[in-house]
Amino acid sequence: MSIAATSTEERFAQATQLQLTWWRFRRHKLAVASLIVVGLFYLVVVFADFLAVADPHATDARRSFIPPQGISLFDENGWNPHVSGLKGVRNPKTFKLAYTPDPSRKLPVRLFVHGYSYNLFGFIPTDRHLFGIEGGDAVDGVFLLGTDQLGRDLFSRLIVATRISLSIGLAGVALSLVLGILLGGISGLYGGTIDNLIQRLIELVRSIPTIPLWMGLAAALPNTWSVTQIYFAITLIISLVSWTELARVVRGRFLALREEDFVIAAELAGASQIRIILRHMLPSFASHVIAAVSLALPVMIVSETSLSFLGLGLRPPAISWGILLQDAQNVQVLAGAPWLLSAAIPVILVILAFNFLGDGLRDAADPYG
Amino acid sequence: MAEAARRVLSVRDLIVDFVQDTGTTRALDGVSLDLHAGRVLGVVGESGCGKSLTARAILRLVDRPGRIVSGEVLLDPGAPQQQALTALDPAGDAIRKVRGGKIGLIFQEPMSALSMHYTVGNQIMEAVRAHSGLGKAAARQRAIELLGEVGIPRPETRIDAYPFQLSGGLRQRVGIALALAADPEILIADEPTTALDVTTQAQILALLRRLQQTKGMALMLITHDMGVIAQMADDVAVMYLGKVVEFAPVRQLFAAPRHPYTRALLRSVPSMKAVPRERLATIGGAVPHPEARPSGCAFHPRCPEVIAGRCSTEVPPALPPDGEGASCFHAMAHA
Amino acid sequence: MLIYVARRLALALVTCVAISVLTFIIIRLPPGDFVDAYIANLAASGSSVSEEQAAAMRREYGLDRPVPIQYALWMARVVHGDFGVSMMWRRPVTEVIGDRLWLTMAVSIAALFLTWIIALPIGVYSAARQYSIGDYVATTLGFIGLAVPNFLLALILMYLGFRYLGLSVGGLFSPDQAQAPWTWAKFWDLMVHLPLPACVLALAGTAQLIRIMRANLLDELRKPYVVTARAKGIGETRVLVKYPVRAALNPFVSSSAYLFPYLVSGSIVVSLVLGLPTVGPLLLQALVAQDMFLAGTIVLLLGVLTVLGTLISDLMLMWVEPRIRLQGRA
Repeated sequence: MSIAATSTEERFAQATQLQLTWWRFRRHKLAVASLIVVGLFYLVVVFADFLAVADPHATDARRSFIPPQGISLFDENGWNPHVSGLKGVRNPKTFKLAYTPDPSRKLPVRLFVHGYSYNLFGFIPTDRHLFGIEGGDAVDGVFLLGTDQLGRDLFSRLIVATRISLSIGLAGVALSLVLGILLGGISGLYGGTIDNLIQRLIELVRSIPTIPLWMGLAAALPNTWSVTQIYFAITLIISLVSWTELARVVRGRFLALREEDFVIAAELAGASQIRIILRHMLPSFASHVIAAVSLALPVMIVSETSLSFLGLGLRPPAISWGILLQDAQNVQVLAGAPWLLSAAIPVILVILAFNFLGDGLRDAADPYG
Repeated sequence: MAEAARRVLSVRDLIVDFVQDTGTTRALDGVSLDLHAGRVLGVVGESGCGKSLTARAILRLVDRPGRIVSGEVLLDPGAPQQQALTALDPAGDAIRKVRGGKIGLIFQEPMSALSMHYTVGNQIMEAVRAHSGLGKAAARQRAIELLGEVGIPRPETRIDAYPFQLSGGLRQRVGIALALAADPEILIADEPTTALDVTTQAQILALLRRLQQTKGMALMLITHDMGVIAQMADDVAVMYLGKVVEFAPVRQLFAAPRHPYTRALLRSVPSMKAVPRERLATIGGAVPHPEARPSGCAFHPRCPEVIAGRCSTEVPPALPPDGEGASCFHAMAHA
Repeated sequence: MLIYVARRLALALVTCVAISVLTFIIIRLPPGDFVDAYIANLAASGSSVSEEQAAAMRREYGLDRPVPIQYALWMARVVHGDFGVSMMWRRPVTEVIGDRLWLTMAVSIAALFLTWIIALPIGVYSAARQYSIGDYVATTLGFIGLAVPNFLLALILMYLGFRYLGLSVGGLFSPDQAQAPWTWAKFWDLMVHLPLPACVLALAGTAQLIRIMRANLLDELRKPYVVTARAKGIGETRVLVKYPVRAALNPFVSSSAYLFPYLVSGSIVVSLVLGLPTVGPLLLQALVAQDMFLAGTIVLLLGVLTVLGTLISDLMLMWVEPRIRLQGRA
């Protein structure tokens, strides 16, 4: 008499919350594409030095402001990826030596060439890179995105900057997450006065304009601190403000979940508070938290970028997108070397990708929320 | 009796589909009804059978992804001012004039049917002025009158209240006043008392009865409560899964129900005369999802009188409009 | 209603106090104290200060007392309008800041208005004509606002303006008006120059508000009271604008409340790129030079004005939502 359940329906009925979320997520093509983009970016973080071509710190005044060079794939002999070598040309009026690409000198571009030394994954010493030139003088190289004023290859610097900018984002979000889950959880779980107090605190934090405060805190960091110390300090400063959104999400979920029957059932069965939180409630809102984290990351990244752009965040010799964009501040310089703005591209891409990803996750976690 | 009263609305073979990426669902499968001036038509059925949808479809208030596929709704059929509502542009002026002007609609949830941002007076005056040329002062007077008619005490002060300041019963009265604002000939009440407590329910029903009689309106009363039907209806249409399965004058329906579904519905109403400690009668099974409509007669999987072989393959003939009877092979065989 | 106002006022007050504490911490963070830096500054320009003078200064500024007392002394002076002396400029801080604070507010408020004027109609249109071309254009605009940080946008605009139009796209005044005293002509000059920085600043907030309005309106459109309104026989436009839009205004205005701190923040960075004579560039200078009274005062005043702006937004919510007006809560 009843209609037999098909296997699809059975799978549906037995899927866990996470599986359901994943299936719903898969339907958003844009979000899935963003996931791939984000994945690629983090691959770059892991393999940064391998993907870079020239030493990002190596300056060479001779090759300052070289425009981006394309890799020519063919020449008269067929398949032969190559770039032009650089030639010094003396300016007749100033007698200064200016280096420009010289098409007559062809330098082959090959895969897995030797380049500058680094530690792969932090502990394997090697000097292999994905691609680069073979032969040529010290001044030559593959300048896919041109060079900056000090002659440093922008492409390599961009790649290495990705590592710092993205990892600060992650670290900052991790800190915000801890704060947010802690305060949001307490707020939502216990309610009453504690909830009220924490809510007021959140409103207070949200009312304060962040940048002046960050600027103040960042400027107060002693010059004598090492790059790493400053890195962590900046992370801390940024995350101190962004935890509010995460706390809000967590609190909302806790409040909603508290009234759910399965939580009450667990309480009646005698489970301890911790067990209830971890085993019963956490899986329900894990997807929401992941979505909120995804949306918080671009904010972190932009914060660091803005601070570094102002000169108050990370400082050279550290390399981050913000620091790279600092070079582009002067419009006159920019007019002559527009490729200095290329750091804008990964910033925009990452922000878009994380936002689409976060939106997709949020929709998948709670289509009606 | 039905022939004597003037027919004011006729619905013929109304079919409404819901088109989504997951597939098309038929929500109304050929509904036919008539409304007569001065009479109350009760439309009864379980949740999801399509009763509210019928009311919305009449006024072209069906939202996407719902679509009226075919069928006809005629206002004042046979008269010179006859209008085919199904042929009108749902966003046009003609249907606008009908809504509220000729047909008033009362909603189920007084809590959410009124906007919380405007006073009661503002919302009623708006309805009044949409269908008449009255100025603000005159409209306000009319609004106060209406509030008085629906039994709201001290209407001159209540008119400036916000809906959230009123109780559920008062809110529903406001809803009724809204529907009556432009003096319509037809009133459709979609489960007007479901969200109210029993005492308020009785008051509201009495109010509706009084208004309907004094103004000679046709009232289409949609409900799932057989008690309300017994109290208010002159004729009853029983709906199941998008179709009218039985139609009869109210006394006849209660005395001699023909369709097995109607019989089951009547049996399941708890009665004071029942033997104590006896099990409550229920209808076996559950209402199928419209997406999984059973073949043949839609009720056959739950029917105690099912005719093997026939009910699962053939669809019983639809009731003739205005005709009494049940759309059921068993009933036809035992007529 | 009074409860609501009282609560918001109390919160605003507490926030201001918190900001003052944070500012004080920032002022005191750099190693050494104000007098040390002052002496160092003087020494650099050749003059010197005797031991007694230094000690006297220390006593005057309360630097020999415990930190909480110093805070109290500082706050006492602040409340009287004495914000200290800028070491870089050797003039009272208020003189140095001058017009800049008001210009910062002007840019931020202009951006706020722009945000509302643009986001509200586009958000409504986007939801009412879902999936139409207008909706897609609005969504795309939204993405640009979302994806490009405001300083980057300012940078790109400046570059494009310079490269293709040959003009310096920056500043809040024409060269001749820049130093002039305030006249109607100068005011008009400001109005003419405000749109560009205001737009740059507003874009991100606009994008966000459009999405919020669109999402909330879509939700409201499905609610029963919209059907009631339609069933009354009033026109579609009126149904749309009078009912669901009004309901969707609530979250819209709520979100705008926190938009203001964001705009004030953003104006700092954008000012730096576009070279606007606002508080931003001055703050950066002050921080780098460790001119702590100047920097601290700017942070404090910015914070307080922001809280004020947020408070006004909160009060506007009362006007929009009768439930808050009459019941104290929605």
